[in-house]
Amino acid sequence: MRVKVIADKCEGHNRCCALAPEIFDVDDYGTATAMNDGNVPLELEAKAKLAVENCPEYAIEYVKD
Amino acid sequence: MTETPPVDDWATDFDLFDDSYRKDPGPVWKELRETCPIAHTERWGGSWLPTKYEDIQAFVRMVPELSSRNPLVVSQPKEEQEFDPVLAEYGNSAPPITSDPPDHIPMRRMILPLFTHKAVAKHSAFVETMCHELIDGFIEKGSCDAALDYAVYIPAKTIAHIIGVDAHRVDEFIGWVRGVIELNAGDADERNKYNRILRQFFGELVTERKANPKDDMISSLLAQEINGAPVSKKAVVGMCNLMLVAGIDTTWSSIGSALLHFATHPDHRRRLANEPELMPSAMEEMLRVYSPVTMAREVTEEVQTGGVTFKPGDKVLMNFPAANRDPAVFDNPDEVDLDREKNRHIAFGIGSHRCAGSNLARLEMETALRVWFERIPEFECSNPDAVIWSGGQVRGPRHLPFTFPAQ
Repeated sequence: MRVKVIADKCEGHNRCCALAPEIFDVDDYGTATAMNDGNVPLELEAKAKLAVENCPEYAIEYVKD
Repeated sequence: MTETPPVDDWATDFDLFDDSYRKDPGPVWKELRETCPIAHTERWGGSWLPTKYEDIQAFVRMVPELSSRNPLVVSQPKEEQEFDPVLAEYGNSAPPITSDPPDHIPMRRMILPLFTHKAVAKHSAFVETMCHELIDGFIEKGSCDAALDYAVYIPAKTIAHIIGVDAHRVDEFIGWVRGVIELNAGDADERNKYNRILRQFFGELVTERKANPKDDMISSLLAQEINGAPVSKKAVVGMCNLMLVAGIDTTWSSIGSALLHFATHPDHRRRLANEPELMPSAMEEMLRVYSPVTMAREVTEEVQTGGVTFKPGDKVLMNFPAANRDPAVFDNPDEVDLDREKNRHIAFGIGSHRCAGSNLARLEMETALRVWFERIPEFECSNPDAVIWSGGQVRGPRHLPFTFPAQ
């Protein structure tokens, strides 16, 4: 699984970082990014899905390789 | 509160301060969503009330057509703002919540770094100790007012601590904030009185820090620049004012609503007491179902949405609480589901004005509930009919008679 944060959509609710801190980081202004180029290890896929489904800005997407 | 006539038709004459609506607005939103999703009223200066998640997500992105310069649900008359000497000296804005482009983003970027999840984590020991001390004050009695003895102090003392003002004055701060946004919707003179007190207090504090900088938040804000120019004293006064006004009633409401929910739903209370790992999803569900905050926007250019034309000067209420009960987005929206996994609620607003203090609010709420459940896992509301709800800008319980086994 791969995920990415659409920077233009992210408004800094930080839900992703709270639900999946192993995958997402935020800067001083709350804008999120997916770490490790968005690659999600198998054991963290459920957490990544939670982050996607709890983003009020619909700012996280799955990346299809 | 001024007495207002009863509502016959919620679609054309809604009243945010109606008693039954303040107690339980869910049925009104449900009916409006199905019959007239964007309601209107002439009451309280006139406003539009959207009820659908999709519409509110659209409204918040109408910038600059919808301005944030008057975000209060009941506006302060303009003429009174212009001729007040205190407001003339110290300003009457509360940046960034009252800011529009191009000032909004630079103003917002001044305060966002103070409220990242890492920055607020530094206050977690302070909040935890305070929660224990508050409970120490009433646990032997076996009863308390969970709104006035517990919930209100958590944000009030935390904000005072962060701004760096005298904790002994915290009861005064609570009185000023309630005077501005809660208790005087029908009395502009009273609201202005408390607004002037707040401005004067922060105005003098900011003036003092400008002359004698310290290692505190106000001094660091004063040292910043916006677009190459030093930030103005008025802007810093407005920011301090905002933190107090936006930080107290809101989080107080969320903590109080959640405690009331668990006090009146013993099955949920027992589950959370026995399964503390439920806290993250349970807390988000409390925020969704009992969202406290409604903000206003003022139309500056004609826009159309949902078949309605909004004219310059119209006020549109960002009804985040109703959006969070929309069945188009949430399954069984009026039911509390402590396990709800998919929860894109917008209790902290949405769009470029998303609550800047949400990480702090979540820290306070999580700590307040966790410590309460650790110390007082069994509790009930001794008189649910006596619960008083505030309404309008911020909805939450203001009197919560609780009983529990004395310890």
